[in-house]
Amino acid sequence: MTTDHSLSAEDLTLGYGERTVIADLDLVVPPGRITAIVGANACGKSTLLRSMTRLLPPRAGRVLLDGAAVHRMPAKQLARTLGLLPQSPIAPEGITVADLVGRGRNPHQGIFTRWRTEDDVAVAAALQATQTTELADRPVDELSGGQRQRVWIAMALAQQTDLLLLDEPTTFLDVSHQVEVLDLLTDLNRSRGTTIVMVLHDLNLAARYADHLVAMSAGRVHATGTPEQVLTEDCVRAVFGLDSRVIADPTSGKPLMLPLGRHHTAAPAATAVEG
Amino acid sequence: MSAGLVAPASAVDVVVRGRVRRGARRRVVVAVLAVAVVVLFAVTLMVGQTFYPPGDVLRVIAGEQVQGASFTVGRLRLPRAVLAVVAGLCFGLAGTTFQTMLRNPLASPDVIGISTSAGAAAAVGIVLLGLSGTAVSTLAIGAALGVALLIYTLAFKDGVAGTRLILIGIGMAAMASSVTSYALSEAGSWDFQETLRWLNGSLNGTTWGATVPALLALVLLGPVLLTQTRNLSALQLGDDTASALGVRVERTRLLAIVAAVGLIAFATAACGPIAFVSFLAGPIAARIIGPNGSLLVPAALVGALLVLVADLVGQFAFDTRFPVGVVTGVLGAPYLIYLIARSHRTGGSL
Repeated sequence: MTTDHSLSAEDLTLGYGERTVIADLDLVVPPGRITAIVGANACGKSTLLRSMTRLLPPRAGRVLLDGAAVHRMPAKQLARTLGLLPQSPIAPEGITVADLVGRGRNPHQGIFTRWRTEDDVAVAAALQATQTTELADRPVDELSGGQRQRVWIAMALAQQTDLLLLDEPTTFLDVSHQVEVLDLLTDLNRSRGTTIVMVLHDLNLAARYADHLVAMSAGRVHATGTPEQVLTEDCVRAVFGLDSRVIADPTSGKPLMLPLGRHHTAAPAATAVEG
Repeated sequence: MSAGLVAPASAVDVVVRGRVRRGARRRVVVAVLAVAVVVLFAVTLMVGQTFYPPGDVLRVIAGEQVQGASFTVGRLRLPRAVLAVVAGLCFGLAGTTFQTMLRNPLASPDVIGISTSAGAAAAVGIVLLGLSGTAVSTLAIGAALGVALLIYTLAFKDGVAGTRLILIGIGMAAMASSVTSYALSEAGSWDFQETLRWLNGSLNGTTWGATVPALLALVLLGPVLLTQTRNLSALQLGDDTASALGVRVERTRLLAIVAAVGLIAFATAACGPIAFVSFLAGPIAARIIGPNGSLLVPAALVGALLVLVADLVGQFAFDTRFPVGVVTGVLGAPYLIYLIARSHRTGGSL
């Protein structure tokens, strides 16, 4: 079903106050796939995601979901199709895991609607998918960083949207938890066909987990396509201003970027394969 | 869409049991608070220079003529007790709305100068302009809304930052209380009691004329806030998350601010800015009820309890009679100091 949804940006210009962050951006999100947005700090990645859930109205252009401008859609209707996990969501003091995950049901509830069985089932399914059922009655404050991130993803899952946007879902996590979160998102994509769009800092993890890469630079899309097409030495130089080597990842076959700093890079690796 | 709806019965069971347990805890606490409010309301009607048994009080409320009690209970104690409950509910509701919305216990209307401004406007109206009755209320409400709008505008920069709003609000409170002090210094002795009300809050000499507008505001604006319960709960997760959950953030915030400021202004116009009730009600309710859903109703009930208890203490615990606001002020100040000290220790912002 989810392949029916199309999400795109047309001539999108975004900014805060006097500052323009994104100018005339065009982007098409491939339905049913995992898209990763990469780019240097402050290149407008998060701003783009915020705009897609209508938190930030466009200066010009529009974001289209299934052909309709998201900023004109009723808020709850949009939130039943498109979910967003922001970079630093706030957990109220003492809130339990199940209660927090239940907040994801908000777009499915009216002012006077009582809690229904389907809400319980949705929360349970979200807990199950993120393997947090055994944490259900624990306060969120007491969880580890990795557990907490899974709980937030569970909240977004309880929302039962066919598209899910995530702003740096792996920040502040150690490497094993980063992989755990990305594996979970891949499971979701494969088992339910959920379209996933995520901003990621780690280029190599982005290249490994995404079907589609978008490299942004200074508010524009610099390159877009498969990881092999996008993650090249030229692209890394243009987007990050960094010299690098790109080789084939021996574990996944996807491109792997090795940064070249001013030190510790005396001899080019003999085994390097041009990307 | 139904692809996501698979969950084993055991997991559903865990969710249902947790939810039922939280709901039960919440209902018990709310019921106990409501009973406590009713009991203290009754006590306020019974005790005083003359004690009247519950039977006499009930007969007065039913409209019968009872020797002595009809005047003392019907004219003096009843409006006072009703206003204590109404003002407490208003202050509790409005306070917890602000604190929830701005995610900060310091962001209550009495800390950020909204109650103080209403009080200052009332004092100016009575002492300098010679107004009374509805005109005073109107002036108080206008000032409270104006100051709330001013604070909001000054604190607005790419959305409202809680800390900036609180600091600006504390400045506003200082300005408003200096206006009150000036008005007070100009007061003739006949205005002194009346003006003192606008500094600290007092239920002395409450009449039906003062009580009814506050009651109407509660009946009209209270339900408006209650319809925003879910939206306010979503706002606790941050503006971005709330927006992603389908909440219209700015609209919710505007509606909540206008309703809460209205409650504060009407209550303040009736009994003055009873110190720290808005500020204390939410955190006390949170302690009692735990993280089991919205604080609006429990905080309103705690607000009513605080005013009733403080008024009884102020009237009868000491040789001198103190206005209710002096008692709540003594209770609230240490908590304010504690909160500020804690935020400094943890290295956090306000």
